[in-house]
Amino acid sequence: MGKRAEVPTVNAGSMADIAFLLLIFFLVTTTIETDAGLARMLPSTAKSPPVTIKHKNLLEVVINKDNELLVEGEEMPLHELRKTAIAFIDNAGEKDSCNYCKGEGLAESSDNPNAAVISVKNTRETTYEAYIAVQNELVAAYNELRNREGQRRFKQDYTAMEKAYTSSETDAETKQELKTKIKLLQDLYPLHIVEPKN
Amino acid sequence: MSKFAKKKSGELPAVSTASLPDIVFMLLFFFMTVTVMKNNDVKVKNELPQANEIKKLEKKDRVITIFVGAPNDEFASVFGKEATIQLNDKFSNPDDVGDFILQERAKKDEELQNVLTTSLKVDKNANMGLISDIKQELRKVNALKVNYTTYEGDAFNNIKN
Repeated sequence: MGKRAEVPTVNAGSMADIAFLLLIFFLVTTTIETDAGLARMLPSTAKSPPVTIKHKNLLEVVINKDNELLVEGEEMPLHELRKTAIAFIDNAGEKDSCNYCKGEGLAESSDNPNAAVISVKNTRETTYEAYIAVQNELVAAYNELRNREGQRRFKQDYTAMEKAYTSSETDAETKQELKTKIKLLQDLYPLHIVEPKN
Repeated sequence: MSKFAKKKSGELPAVSTASLPDIVFMLLFFFMTVTVMKNNDVKVKNELPQANEIKKLEKKDRVITIFVGAPNDEFASVFGKEATIQLNDKFSNPDDVGDFILQERAKKDEELQNVLTTSLKVDKNANMGLISDIKQELRKVNALKVNYTTYEGDAFNNIKN
């Protein structure tokens, strides 16, 4: 029998270096994508008859070119906007039309959440960040009210339900159930933010 | 000398690095799986504002992205310092947005064409005038679902007063 040659083992010592090289390449090229934001529907261009909104059902928010906030004609710091918006939406001037509202029922504020409209007006010089900050606060106001109602009716936050609904781990049956709940909460406090043309 | 005395020579044993490749490979695979290759260069300054009431954009194939911001330094001499719109790889003006959306929409599958979202990645220093123009254009082509893409953070950081 001839001598069988031993197969030489490949030296794996440099494996770590190669792996490091690849690792550093991927580390450098990775960009964590930002894929979250404020979702909004633009109004359709289809001609609809102009609606007249009673003055008391309208909360007027103006952002001027210096990014200052005017709410109903009065200057207001941004951190008070959420409170003001909640008080306005949840006011329930007509007690009968909103039995779940906990507002003060002022005559000069909105009748019910369904009638309440928030108008956001900005100039062309307003910066985008100020606009986003205001939009964020208004969405926060709605979410806070929906959360409250969600806790009262279903012992669950609206935002938590929404998160569960979009999560891929939730099964179809739960999703269906969540969908009806979410829809109900959205109907209780419908998002009415309009942007008049200037 | 007894054979036990040898061990007291004071030298520390070297740490075994045999498992180092495994560790590095694990990291490597992690980064390989989370990496998203960029398919378009952003040629504008794109520092997004912050917000906390945000919703995640779920499906990547249903999103059309529009970038807005001041051109990067290397383009500033040609395109100026005012915020402009970037569609795919070129600078555009608001009138082109409608055509761009229609083109992108035509590229998608039929069943997705009605559920597309337009993601607006706008630099925080851009003026609202330009954004309003874009929104008007989007309305004209019936692309009503928009997402103002932001970083997650405190919205109060946006306005310093």
